[in-house]
Amino acid sequence: MALIRRAGRSLSMLKRSSLFHGKQKKQRQQPIVSPSLPNLTPHLPSSLIRLQINTTYSAIPRGISSCSFRSSYIPNRLLTSEAQPKLPDEGIDDTQFLDFPGVKNTAFTCDLKFVSEKSEEVPCYRVLSELGEPVDGAKLPQMADALALRIYENMITLQVMDYLFYEAQRQGRFSFYMTCSGEEAAIVASAAALSNEDVIFAQYREQGALMWRGFDLQEFAHQCYSNSADYGKGRQMPIHYGSKKHNFVTISSPIATQLSHAVGAAYSLKMDRKDACAVTYFGDGATSEGDFHAAMNFAAVMEAPVLFICRNNGWAISTPITDQYRSDGVATKSRAYGMRSICVDGNDALAVYSAVKSARSMAISESRPILIEVLTYRVSHHSTSDDSTKYRSGEELSHWKVMRDPVVRFRRWLEGNGWWNRQKDTELQSHSRKKIIAAMMNAESMKKPPLSDLFTDVYDSIPTNLKEQESYVREAVAKNPNLYPSDVPL
Amino acid sequence: MWATSARRAIAGQSSVTSWLLRNSMIKSGEKVRSFSSGSNQLTVRDALNSALDEEMSADSRVFVIGEEVGEYQGAYKVTKGLLQKFGPDRVLDTPITEAGFTGLGVGAAFYGLKPVVEFMTFNFAMQAIDHIINSAAKTYYMSGGQISVPIVFRGPNGAAAGVAAQHSQCFAAWYGSCPGLKVISPYSSEDYRGLLKAAIRDPDPVVFLENELMYGETFPVSDEVLDSNFTLPIGKAKIEREGKDVTITAFSKMVGYALKAADELAKDGISAEVINLRSIRPLDRATINASVRKTYRLVTVEEGWPQHGVGAEISASVVEESFEYLDAPIDRITGADVPMPYAANLERLALPQVEDIVRAAKRACYRQVPQSAAA
Repeated sequence: MALIRRAGRSLSMLKRSSLFHGKQKKQRQQPIVSPSLPNLTPHLPSSLIRLQINTTYSAIPRGISSCSFRSSYIPNRLLTSEAQPKLPDEGIDDTQFLDFPGVKNTAFTCDLKFVSEKSEEVPCYRVLSELGEPVDGAKLPQMADALALRIYENMITLQVMDYLFYEAQRQGRFSFYMTCSGEEAAIVASAAALSNEDVIFAQYREQGALMWRGFDLQEFAHQCYSNSADYGKGRQMPIHYGSKKHNFVTISSPIATQLSHAVGAAYSLKMDRKDACAVTYFGDGATSEGDFHAAMNFAAVMEAPVLFICRNNGWAISTPITDQYRSDGVATKSRAYGMRSICVDGNDALAVYSAVKSARSMAISESRPILIEVLTYRVSHHSTSDDSTKYRSGEELSHWKVMRDPVVRFRRWLEGNGWWNRQKDTELQSHSRKKIIAAMMNAESMKKPPLSDLFTDVYDSIPTNLKEQESYVREAVAKNPNLYPSDVPL
Repeated sequence: MWATSARRAIAGQSSVTSWLLRNSMIKSGEKVRSFSSGSNQLTVRDALNSALDEEMSADSRVFVIGEEVGEYQGAYKVTKGLLQKFGPDRVLDTPITEAGFTGLGVGAAFYGLKPVVEFMTFNFAMQAIDHIINSAAKTYYMSGGQISVPIVFRGPNGAAAGVAAQHSQCFAAWYGSCPGLKVISPYSSEDYRGLLKAAIRDPDPVVFLENELMYGETFPVSDEVLDSNFTLPIGKAKIEREGKDVTITAFSKMVGYALKAADELAKDGISAEVINLRSIRPLDRATINASVRKTYRLVTVEEGWPQHGVGAEISASVVEESFEYLDAPIDRITGADVPMPYAANLERLALPQVEDIVRAAKRACYRQVPQSAAA
């Protein structure tokens, strides 16, 4: 018996050597795997294991399930020497099984073929037509009338605020403003799908998300006027809002830096096991920054619950999409990082709400990042420092502004459900206008931040050199009160 | 874990003794000899490792992130054993993206964690300098005090040996000019241990500049330094050696050179006072000026480039505050105004040497000094 076993073993070694010398290719056997065999070598690709098992235990009758290479429970008398059927010689590649560490699921090929630069088509998800009617076959998300109306009211208030603040800047009341015309649905509907515990890292065009969270018109006005009630203590340009209590991180100007911050915060949320995720907004231009690559890669590797929401609005100041990237859209980029994504019609508030809600629950329950591309159009100039008629046609602009207004589209759906009407609309517009103007007047009349706010918050506790500087300034002010501005309190 | 180290402390074993035991550096039962003045020997690397270990045990929000910090035990073995002790949630190995993991660390700090971000050298931190300055240093101010950033950026700074231009730059002056940051450059094991603990506990962003060549250096430390609550104040310089004829300021490796220079000068009857700056920002102007008002002469030493360097700032500060006390012009000894060359002879010429410091001190004391052999 021992003799047969020994013979079997040397036969198996001969077979194994055939892998390397290739002489006895025709005698190679079809791998047989008993499904009950334990995976004793998980670090090796299963293909190799099959071969190993095959060469040493090809003769074991089925039904003997307790197997180990060195088990002594298998009685020698059960070993037979069964001739295995010969495989047809189809020129099978001898080294068919790829085990380089760099890739997981791929096979060799002997065709010299390049992967195309054109990606697989990524469809764009939407549920409402341009006229605000459900598209054939669409399953509308569950949305109560109260929520829908709140979204709509936010969008209208946002539009009115943007319009009035833009005009205020033109009148010299404050130095800078950025509107989000054309992107109201993308921003407000996505914010509506989040919870108040989700931490938002925005770029600069997402005041609608902050408004959704409950930042009121007066607080917006204070920040733009940089007065003593501004939470930023007058240190930031207008539209650089931030509010800890609303879980909205202060806007930081350098593009795309907020992406890696969001991944860091998401990692912390994951460690705390909170039912919350980090959400970061950015534009199409930001996808060119190094931070986009770094953050996407990190989020995927660290399995961080973060939503990357890209407002692809077609323009980065004057740079059109064709000069920004050569991929077909932004959603397709996530595949390269091993990340899930979706492309959504950003002017369809219902679709945006549905996609973000779904993505959020996936991100938290599965601890994974998701990229959500919301396609939209930047009707506004980039900012008050920009005149976009210089680089795009008036026809393009007026088409999107008049024919493709996302707020109107959503209103049509509300009207179709009987939840809204023209009269309510007019009332809402005029009510918002009055509130905003009142907020602006109030903010304008307030004093600027006090002198002490120049020196605080550089460090946790004020250092001696800054205390000295502050006392020098106060001495100078005391000596020359007529030279000191009257609206800056001490 | 904190309770464990407390128990050990009660049992009469200092936390560093237990750390040394855990890392098999002493045998069980072997007592680390302790006298009231330092005669425990501690390398800089172990000072850093023990400080990280203790701070991570004491506060679960502290975590380490960087390249090779985990499985590899740290590119310079500073984080040795931490992954094994605290697990992959607290010690994170990252892909090669300084911008990425620095931004990630800053985001985690915004949220409330306390990251310790390791750069393989501060030269590579330049790929993340936007996050260090724009995202970390300025955020507490820009957010109106709403978002604090309790983060520590650490790693080797300045010249090593034979690593040439892109691995040898000294960043003390650049980071030192930025409000919102605290910048630390320790010299001895006591400095490294106390200041890293202080940096991790500090609510502001701290840039902690180490030195690769110092990692293996051993220093005697007292029992007090080995205590788990030992910290040093950030912003206070240390007078390493008292003197009355000339003040020599230095930081990091140059402190050692300044001390050697002081020994040389003593042979010529010049008593030099050596100040170990410890902090670049805040700079301890009070100590420097008090010393200059005692000796009337100043020599500043640094490895970095001369223009806009740390010595320039010290010079300006002393001229502003102690001008009447100066008996001689202030001398700045700095690295050469070139990218660091590779060849060993050129590298030596590009960096301050002990004889340069000696010559400068003698010049300040109006002694006859032969010109240096090399230009």
